[in-house]
Amino acid sequence: MKSASPEILLDAAGIAETLNALARKVFDALPDGVPAAVVGIRRRGEVLAQRLADALHQLGAEGIEHGTLDITLYRDDLAELGPQAILRKTEIEFDVNGRYVVLVDDVLYTGRSVRAALDALVDLGRPKAIRLAILVDRPGRELPIQADFVGVRVPRADVPVNVYLAESDDIDEVRMG
Amino acid sequence: MKASTGLNQAASETDPASAKSGNDEFVWTRKHLLGLEDLTREELLHIFRTAEGFQDISTRSIKKVPPLRGRVVVNLFFESSTRTRMSFTLAAQRLSADVLDFAASSSSLAKGESLRDTVRNIEAMGVDTFVIRHTAAGAPHYITSCTDCHVINAGDGQHEHPTQGLIDIFTIRERKGRIDGLNVAIVGDIGHSRVARSNFWGLKRLGANVTFVGPTTLVPRAFQNMGARISHDLDEVLKQADVVNMLRIQRERMTSQVFPSTQEYVRLFGLTRERLRKAKPDVLILHPGPINRGVELASDVADGPNSSILRQVSNGLAIRMAVLFLLNQTSSKDA
Repeated sequence: MKSASPEILLDAAGIAETLNALARKVFDALPDGVPAAVVGIRRRGEVLAQRLADALHQLGAEGIEHGTLDITLYRDDLAELGPQAILRKTEIEFDVNGRYVVLVDDVLYTGRSVRAALDALVDLGRPKAIRLAILVDRPGRELPIQADFVGVRVPRADVPVNVYLAESDDIDEVRMG
Repeated sequence: MKASTGLNQAASETDPASAKSGNDEFVWTRKHLLGLEDLTREELLHIFRTAEGFQDISTRSIKKVPPLRGRVVVNLFFESSTRTRMSFTLAAQRLSADVLDFAASSSSLAKGESLRDTVRNIEAMGVDTFVIRHTAAGAPHYITSCTDCHVINAGDGQHEHPTQGLIDIFTIRERKGRIDGLNVAIVGDIGHSRVARSNFWGLKRLGANVTFVGPTTLVPRAFQNMGARISHDLDEVLKQADVVNMLRIQRERMTSQVFPSTQEYVRLFGLTRERLRKAKPDVLILHPGPINRGVELASDVADGPNSSILRQVSNGLAIRMAVLFLLNQTSSKDA
């Protein structure tokens, strides 16, 4: 592994700007007359979903539900993870049946987390539609999964991307490398 | 420059979010659950946090999740049990495991096969976890020496019944928001009760004050050596109690030498509505079941607002799912 010093892809202002643009895209695509929800994938998707829900509210969207999905039980690498797998609560207090659900995560890379999240979500009911909003799109898909709403794209698959958010990491920053 | 130091810090720092929601660094290493006596505080809390993640599964329309797909759980019951076995079965099925039931009465043991051979024969079919109930204390521990599978003690003699202890403590924690500093009275046939012992070890580890209450013949003095308080006066203990766990009085004991008459027991140790008036208004009433209504517990108390008895049953599923999940995440082939 070549390890150059990490490069800051987005600073706090960059994340705020990217999220606002992402919220605008999600807002513009909200279907009329269908109840909607923003659902974050634990853990950083949870924080991003909360911020996205707030931003959507500020743009004038009403009645958008907000929830958090724990995908531990649905991961395809659970056997390899072993005791490292930590189960947390899924907090979805609304009915997903017939709802337009925007799934939120920090980085889309292999697509395996999203696959697990889709399975977890459909076990809760039958949403009208599921869309995927992502802060950073990194190449390297191992499954046929693409995002509907993308904050920023990075060109290279071989450089890891780490997202740090104030709510969980004390700082807002996206780093590469 | 600034960025690289920042990264190093972030990697080594404890994450405040995980501090909020519990310790995400904790790694479960135990392969078997034989009792609560040797579980650490962190292990107990880890089971509870995991159980919280399983609680909602029982209320949704698809009550099944995939983590134990392809695993086999064997209920090995050498003593009659309906609800514990059903609870373990349902918990395993909700994790997508396959479940086999072994009832000693109709089995090869009746033909003289040893416990060791029984276990090894079943293991050879390719199973992963044994849930065992046995009249002999230590039987689950013995079985761990005969097999590479995970072993869960579902009650062994008068020794321990760890999942019931976990259920009771989890229910207390859910209702009271804490364990530390609570006064917990465990009332009934303490001497013969594995539930009392498991409750005691777990509660003590988490900082509760435990008092065993019952007639002198059923609450041996030796329990003081474990660090419990002993009392033969329920009314006195009730005044301070935050939680009262009423144990079932086994019918076979009622006719034995150690037991006063049923009427006398009810008068001295039965929890009636009148007696409950002496307790704190928010006292929590537990009973591991099955209840002898009108003996240890009056019907209106069992069904009253202070009782969490049915909640114990539904929490039982979450706790057993958590235990099956955690043990099966450790490799069964290495100790």
